[in-house]
Order: sequence, then structure tokens, then C-alpha cells
Amino acid sequence: MSEPVLSVEDLVVRFHLKRGTLTAVDGLSFEVNKRETFGLVGESGSGKSVTARAIMRLLPSPPANVSATRVSIDNQNIYELDDEEIRSIRGRKIAMVFQEPMSALNPVYSVGAQIGDVLRTNLGMNKVEARERTIELLELVGIPSARGRVDNYVHEFSGGMRQRVMLAMALSCNPTFLIADEPTTALDVTIQATILELISSMIDRFDMSLLFITHNLGVVAHACDRIGVMYASHLVELGEKREIFRNPMHPYTVGLLNSIPRMDQQTKYLTPIEGSVCNMMDPPTGCKFNPRCQHAMDICRREIPKFREVAPGHWAACHLNDQAAV
Amino acid sequence: MSAALLEVENLTKYFTLNGDMVSRLAGKTQTLKAVDDISFEIRAGETLGLVGESGCGKSTTGRLITRLIEPTSGHIRLKGEDMLAFDNRRMQAVRKQVQLVFQDPYSSLNPRKTVMQILARPLELHGLANDWRSKRERVLELLNLVGLGLEHVDRYPHEFSGGQRQRIAIARALSVDPELVIGDEPVSALDVSVQAQILNLFRELQEKFSLTYLFIAHDLSVVRHISDRVAVMYVGKIVETGPVEEIFARPQHPYTNALMAAVPEADPDKPAPRLTLQGEIATPINPPPGCRLCKRCPIATPNCETDPPPLREIAPDHYVACHNV
Repeated sequence: MSEPVLSVEDLVVRFHLKRGTLTAVDGLSFEVNKRETFGLVGESGSGKSVTARAIMRLLPSPPANVSATRVSIDNQNIYELDDEEIRSIRGRKIAMVFQEPMSALNPVYSVGAQIGDVLRTNLGMNKVEARERTIELLELVGIPSARGRVDNYVHEFSGGMRQRVMLAMALSCNPTFLIADEPTTALDVTIQATILELISSMIDRFDMSLLFITHNLGVVAHACDRIGVMYASHLVELGEKREIFRNPMHPYTVGLLNSIPRMDQQTKYLTPIEGSVCNMMDPPTGCKFNPRCQHAMDICRREIPKFREVAPGHWAACHLNDQAAV
Repeated sequence: MSAALLEVENLTKYFTLNGDMVSRLAGKTQTLKAVDDISFEIRAGETLGLVGESGCGKSTTGRLITRLIEPTSGHIRLKGEDMLAFDNRRMQAVRKQVQLVFQDPYSSLNPRKTVMQILARPLELHGLANDWRSKRERVLELLNLVGLGLEHVDRYPHEFSGGQRQRIAIARALSVDPELVIGDEPVSALDVSVQAQILNLFRELQEKFSLTYLFIAHDLSVVRHISDRVAVMYVGKIVETGPVEEIFARPQHPYTNALMAAVPEADPDKPAPRLTLQGEIATPINPPPGCRLCKRCPIATPNCETDPPPLREIAPDHYVACHNV
């Protein structure tokens, strides 16, 4: 096993709100190895985007309260750095691509000015160098006639091209680690295909590791090496991509996979997961999935299941697996 | 084969951009051809899936059929009668037969009305229930149909999850006993586990009330699941239509092919998604005279740029608009 680039241990993120305390991420641990693409999947509100922002230390505190045994990138614990040091890591070591480029990029500066700004601040380039480098980057991410478009504003680009601009900005300082938070969710399926291809070719070319956050199981099936499945603030299952798709060990993962309509056959009725996600302000005791789980037992309502290795490299947090082991 | 419930013939909707007087005088007006001369039919009791990417005109088509917007030209016939000739009063009665379910259940339900008020309103408008007791009874019946109950009747939309809200929107559409329900991306705002619940609900209700659906969606796997027949749209045109099995097993149009190849299937052993076309989606503003796909198409020939390809039947009930298929 190669050395992990990112290692997250027991990450807890709480938001202290007027209405009470919301635990968005609870006891999350995972590692991302060098040159690996790790997919974090889950439905809305499961805590995957909050995880990404916690790793980048982008959560405002208050209201957020982040604690972790460690969140380290290249063996450097992010939560032990001061503000100055974390700024030197953002962009240069970890960079992030967001879902909605229209709101992540600044509408009143040209894309050239924005990317150039990053280059001048982080790499100390002068204006001319920064502009040339920006054009190179835009070419690299496949923007046609980049030299003519460097002075365009975000709204002058199409959705797919905006996402390319954001990727160019993320790549500008040669980061070792990239976080992509739903980078293709707002895009049409044909554009999504090209962006996925682009991201994976950039990962290879720059020797990066990628944390890929998405709700789309089709995307993880192709874009990722290993997968972590989140449900209501907990990581419920983690393992090799094929292992998760072929041999899911958590009832939530099983339910999720069964819910997807298939392209190769038509069934009259799908098999959904009944009920809806619990209210995160008032979650159930024990396993968060127990009200929707058809296998729920007494212990599921009392105790949060431990995250256990059920097969080599395959982890799941479910009392059923504990029972089977006894 | 059952008779057509709805026939759409040469339906066209152009929007004029920069239509102000100064631009008109300067000759700078542009025409956005949102829906350009499309024809199709929906047969009684079936589900027609209308699929395409953003801006292809699929939602505009849905709105035209309900006459929420007026077409530039064309015909829409409901059970053989041309809806566009109807006056307001006649149209009001027809609206009972054609109902819409919108994409976003957060904006399609009035936040200041209770579920009771939301569901009773169509009953009042169409004179289906006049006293409190019969309204209440009908509303409860509707809620039961969509998997909600008595405890929900006096709540407001914000107290519900996305999936539950969509159930309320569906109950509202069903309240007037429609024959045709148009779903405009009704599951695309929902998480996959809830999406499956709502898709099942659509199917259940169809069986129970012999409903006919026009199901507008961009997600091919959803369309594959719910439809009997499929129509694929690209920049204002229908490029291919046919039975769902046939379209998915033997897609003929280069665009349909590209769309299918680009879908990432939730199975790591299926081929990775890829794009078989060049460039990006064409714009519907002043589009080229020929095939809308000609600039991106791998099998384009010179005549594709000048002659618009007509829909031709290449197999029973399977139509393709391409010169080179």
C-alpha cells in the first residue's frame, strides 16, 4: 500500500445554530492514497460537501465547530496550522473544483484576471508571466482559442467551458491533491462525459490524487478507484469500487444500488428505500439508517454500529455484519 | 394499438430576442427556435418519454401542450379536437383533462397555503366539490392515493421533504381526474432513493386510473424505466422516436447514439462514458437551415448542412431524422 496523501481521522463537524446543534459529519475516517481517486457518495445532506470544506478549512467558525484526531495532507496536520500557513497550502497543495462555476467564480473579473491573480499571489509571477501561463492553462483544459478568450467574463462561457475554467484555476499552482465537489452535477450528460474525461486525464498528467464528491453512482462507478458511502453524517461503507458495486455490505448501499433504474432492462417497479432521510436536527438514536432499514434489530435502535473491516479493504458500519461474525 | 389521445402536428414556437423597437429598426432581432416544426402523438394509456439536454425545447413542448404559452404555429389535437381553436371557457374545461407536474416541488407549491388549500383549490375551480365536507373527503382520498394521510392535511409545504412535496404536487394534478399528465422533469430534483419511490407512484397511478403520461426528462435511465415510447429532441427538433426497447437497443440517430454513450451507468464493468460528437450543443438562435447536428456529427455529408432531414420510418413505429441512416 502506498503512502496516503490525505488522511482524515475521526472528523466531526457540528454547526451551532439557533435551533440547536446539527452534527453534519460524525466520526469520519478515510485515507486517499497517492494517484488514487476516492469517491465520496451520498444523498443531499449526508455531509459529503461539508467534509470537503472541512478538509480545505473553509468552514466559518462559528457556526461550524470542527474537531478531528487528524486531517493531514502529506503528513502535515491541517488543523495545527495557523492562518498564514493554511493559505500557503490552499491552491498549492490542495485545490478545489466546485459544483456551480457561475457562483464560485467572480462575475466582475475576467477569467484571465482571476486565474492570473492566483498565479501572482501564490507563485509570485509578474503580470506578463501570469497572463501567458493562464493562456497555457486554458489551452490545457481544452478551451478553444484560449488567447482570444482569456479576457472574457464567466457569463460569456457555456456551462461546460466554465467548469473547464474552474479546473484551470484549480490546476494553476500544481496541487498534489484535488477535491472535486459535484463537478458535473449541473452539466448535461454529454458535457459531463467530456469533463469527466478531462479530469481523469489531468489527474494522470499532474500525478494528483482526487477526492471526488458526488451523488451520482454512475459517475463514481467510472471515475473512482475506491468509494466511501455516506448516510446522515456517517460513513457507512468503504471499499474498492468493484467490491462496493458487486458485494455491498451495508443495507443503505444495497438500497441505493437497487433504486437506480437500469439502462439495459426495463422493470415495472423499482425497489426504492422506503421513508426519507432523518431530520439532522433530531436524528434517531443508534444507527441513523434504522428507521428505513428492513433488517433493523433492537440493537440498531440503541447503538451506533462500529465501522468494521468485513473483507480485506472493505469496511462497513452495520450490526448485521457484527452478528454474522459472532 | 390504441388511438391517439393527443396529436401534435408541426408544432412550432419561436421566441423573438431583442424585440424592442430600437433593435428592430437596427435589424438586430434574433429568432430563438425553441420548438421547430415537431409532430408526434401520445396514445391513450401509454407513457411517452421526451428526452433531451437543456435548451432542446422539451419543457417548452410541455408548456405548449397545456397552452401555458401559445405556439407560433401548428396544431395540438386532444381526442381529435384542435385545442388551439378553443376559447378561454372551453380551454378551462380542457385543462381538467391535461395536468402538469413540475420539476421543483419547492417552487410549485404555494408556501402560504396548507395542503388542504392546495388540493382543494382545483376542486373549487372546476366545481368538483363545493361544500367543506366533500372537499375534505376528496383531499383525504387524494392524499391516501399518493401515500400521505390525515396527519398531513393541515400542514404547510415547508414541513415536507422534497419527495413528499412531489407527492402533493402529483395529488394536485390528479385531483381533477385528468386523462393526460405531463411530468416536466418531475423526479430530477430528488435523491435517487426517493426518485425510485416517486417513479413507482407514477406507475401505480397510471395502472389504477389508466392515465396517459408525457414524461419529460433529461435522465435516460429514468426515461428508459418509465416510457413505452421515446422521442429524442435536439435543438428544437425531434431527431428520433420509437418504442423504448427499440430505441435503447438500436439507437439510429447519431445524436441518440451519442447521448446513450455519454451516460455513466452505475456498473463499473460497463463501458466508461464518452462523447462521440464534436464540440458543444448548437444554439437554437438562428440555427443552420439543415440538420441541427451537422457541425458535430461524425457521419455528416454536405447535404446535411442545407436540407433538414425529415423523420423517416426505418422500422415499424421507429422514426429517424437523418440523411445518412
